[in-house]
Amino acid sequence: MAIELKMPALSPTMEEGTLAKWLKQEGDTIEIGDIIAEIETDKATMEFEAVDEGTLGKILVAEGTENVAVGTVIAMLAGEGEDVSEAAAAAPVDDVPGEGKDVGRPEGSGEGSEAEIAKPAKKWGVKDPEIPHGTNMATVTVREALRDGMAEEMRRDERVFVMGEEVAQYQGAYKVTQGLLDEFGPKRVIDTPITEYGFAGIGTGAAMGGLRPIVEFMTFNFAMQAIDHIINSAAKTNYMSGGQMRCPVVFRGPNAAASRVGAQHSQNYGPWYASVPGLIVIAPYDASDAKGLMKAAIRCEDPVVFLENELVYGRSFELPELDDHVLPIGKARIVREGADVTIVAYSIAVGLALEAAEQLADEGIDAEVIDLRTLRPLDKETVLESLKKTNRMVIAEEGWPTCSIASEIVAICMEDGFDHLDAPVTRVCDEDVPLPYAANLEKLALIDTPRIVKAVKKVCYRD
Amino acid sequence: MAKAPTKTAPHSPAENPDFALHSLQEELEAKKRYDATDDQLRDFYEQMLLIRRFEERAGQLYGLGLIGGFCHLYIGQEAVAVGLQSALTEQLDSVITGYRDHGHMLAYGIDPKVIMAELTGREAGISKGKGGSMHMFSTEHKFYGGHGIVGAQVALGGGLALAHQYNEDGGLCLAYFGDGAANQGQVYETFNMASLWKLPIVFVIENNQYAMGTAVSRSSAETEFYRRGTAFRIPGMKVNGMDVLEVRQAAEIAFKHVREGRGPVLMECETYRYRGHSMSDPAKYRTREEVQDVKEHKDPIEAVKKILIEQGNSEDDLKAIDKGIRKVVSEAADFAENSPEPDPSELYTDVLVEEY
Ligand SMILES: Cc1ncc(C[n+]2csc(CCOP(=O)(O)OP(=O)(O)O)c2C)c(N)n1
Ligand SMILES: [Mg+2]
Repeated sequence: MAIELKMPALSPTMEEGTLAKWLKQEGDTIEIGDIIAEIETDKATMEFEAVDEGTLGKILVAEGTENVAVGTVIAMLAGEGEDVSEAAAAAPVDDVPGEGKDVGRPEGSGEGSEAEIAKPAKKWGVKDPEIPHGTNMATVTVREALRDGMAEEMRRDERVFVMGEEVAQYQGAYKVTQGLLDEFGPKRVIDTPITEYGFAGIGTGAAMGGLRPIVEFMTFNFAMQAIDHIINSAAKTNYMSGGQMRCPVVFRGPNAAASRVGAQHSQNYGPWYASVPGLIVIAPYDASDAKGLMKAAIRCEDPVVFLENELVYGRSFELPELDDHVLPIGKARIVREGADVTIVAYSIAVGLALEAAEQLADEGIDAEVIDLRTLRPLDKETVLESLKKTNRMVIAEEGWPTCSIASEIVAICMEDGFDHLDAPVTRVCDEDVPLPYAANLEKLALIDTPRIVKAVKKVCYRD
Repeated sequence: MAKAPTKTAPHSPAENPDFALHSLQEELEAKKRYDATDDQLRDFYEQMLLIRRFEERAGQLYGLGLIGGFCHLYIGQEAVAVGLQSALTEQLDSVITGYRDHGHMLAYGIDPKVIMAELTGREAGISKGKGGSMHMFSTEHKFYGGHGIVGAQVALGGGLALAHQYNEDGGLCLAYFGDGAANQGQVYETFNMASLWKLPIVFVIENNQYAMGTAVSRSSAETEFYRRGTAFRIPGMKVNGMDVLEVRQAAEIAFKHVREGRGPVLMECETYRYRGHSMSDPAKYRTREEVQDVKEHKDPIEAVKKILIEQGNSEDDLKAIDKGIRKVVSEAADFAENSPEPDPSELYTDVLVEEY
């Protein structure tokens, strides 16, 4: 019985890849464990290893073929005495655009987010007032925008350098620092051992010593090893020294839930850091904000915690082609104007809020969406102005509900916006549990668009 | 079994003039390989092969999208877990490791079905599908995880050892970690306390030469990891982790030392990971020739196979073993694929033990 060898996936969300190389030829004997071929996406290479023994029969997909869909039969393997040289050729593969998925782990939950990863995000009609009218727009991914922001600042200021695990030779665990080593060399792009507490302290100390470090955490989950330096050393020194000792360091990396990586690798630290006086906390959603705020963070005299999101890295957005695209820290942005209700969000939840707003529009509810962008200092004014206009508010946050940014917004509305409220301000967050691994439970645990829609209808008394 | 001394009779390691940090290494040099009986050797072979076939299958299921997130395979490192854990006393000694944990669980006799079902995130999984590949535990087998944070298991292992000492149960803890993890600060904090308090623990560094894409020489000022206990007066051992008989011999020596109440041992097992760090890996940090060379010349399973054949086992005998193992693994995979997803209500269980 001949065995079909199928194009394997590097991740559950990978749809296609390049068959880079055949390492065995037709007629070769295959032992279990032999590497038969090399599969590539633009980010990663995988060796295709034999799990059955036999003789390699017909090769159906030639070396160098691009966009081979996962599951395509790429060759036949014959058992003893069989002839498979006549096996049918594989069906032609459609040339589907879209990038091969990330290295390190799959990107995108497979549902919902996927569509947005592939195509540039819709224009929501509201321009960032910071961007001059008529500016040319390019389409870039958040990943590239972050990298370009860092690179521009490194060109501009010799004191800026990047350090972290796998940031240099490996080009970043999530490829955010891709190309930086080539351009700036090992003095300014430094691979560290796996010692978060140590290198966060070294980064903080280097900032005290006059440099401008960008400290990458492979993910913010690992910054818990280092949180003492972020809070006790970086956030408090200026105050304790009576304003003498500055600490202009940027701590950055992916934050919050990724896809199926379980409880220890999935949490949103936004509320944690946002509760600390002495820190700036930024959590952008789109590429323009990622770049503009990254540049602002690097120039900032205060310590900054810059929270990215792995699931958003691969999404494309419009980015203004400006020589120096720097955005103000501490300013929220209205990303969609509306009259009936306000949805406040940040980071990945902005995408969900915008989706919810589109669905609500079909039902005659005109939602305004605010992207907070900076979590500390929080732009109360923009939030309260919007509340004044719509009188109803829902906060969408990919994170736990208890002591969240959403809770903070509720408090602000109670204290300073009470007179404008027509309905209780409502939080839509993740479930209040550690993130489970099982696909169905993970989906249940995380915030999604239907939950936002439901909450909005409720505050609009339309449920 | 000797009782471990309690903390109340402190003999600071520094006060012991006879203490030789290399004494265990010398003992190993004197006799490097364990004299396994025929049955034991066959057992080692079967266990290593089970791990390998299991991991190959896990890799396949990942490619099919049945396993998600991170999945770190143990292929190439089988001799370490099998050599060490075969020398433990089951139900007594505790084991703890990082996220590359499937092999250690199989080596401790945990049912492949419930491991595989955890990888696919199903109700029948050992953590009810809530932990996943990196977070698996079996208190029944005294296997304490399965930890996703690099280095955390070392301090936790110190705590498990403290519990053995406290309870005077004569057990020890085997705490595994990687060459990359060996740079975490908490490892050295634990070394100090473990030595100071003579905790019954064997620290095992599985030096597979890389931490993700970083070769040891790029991350470590001292790449002879077994020496890293010196500052804490912990005796070190350097062991060929591709030879199950050498690992087993080292285990005999180290466990005896620890069980005599003489404090921790630091064992470096030199090994190699054949696959990428996790499932997708740019694989640009090492050459295919390097990997191929290890597979061809140092493979731990092939080495035992050779001995078995020399001892008169036929290729057919060994094929039959392989066939049996494949069947076990296939059954585990079928079980893992067909077991239902956890009930939605499980989302809220196990957050806290008590109700308030
Ligand atoms: C505190 C922390 N930092 C970083 C990571 C990401 N990470 C996971 S595994 C790994 C490499 C560890 O290498 P090593 O200790 O040599 O073990 P191996 O994977 O080789 O078994 C890294 C950096 C993590 N999980 N935890
Ligand atoms: Mg390693």
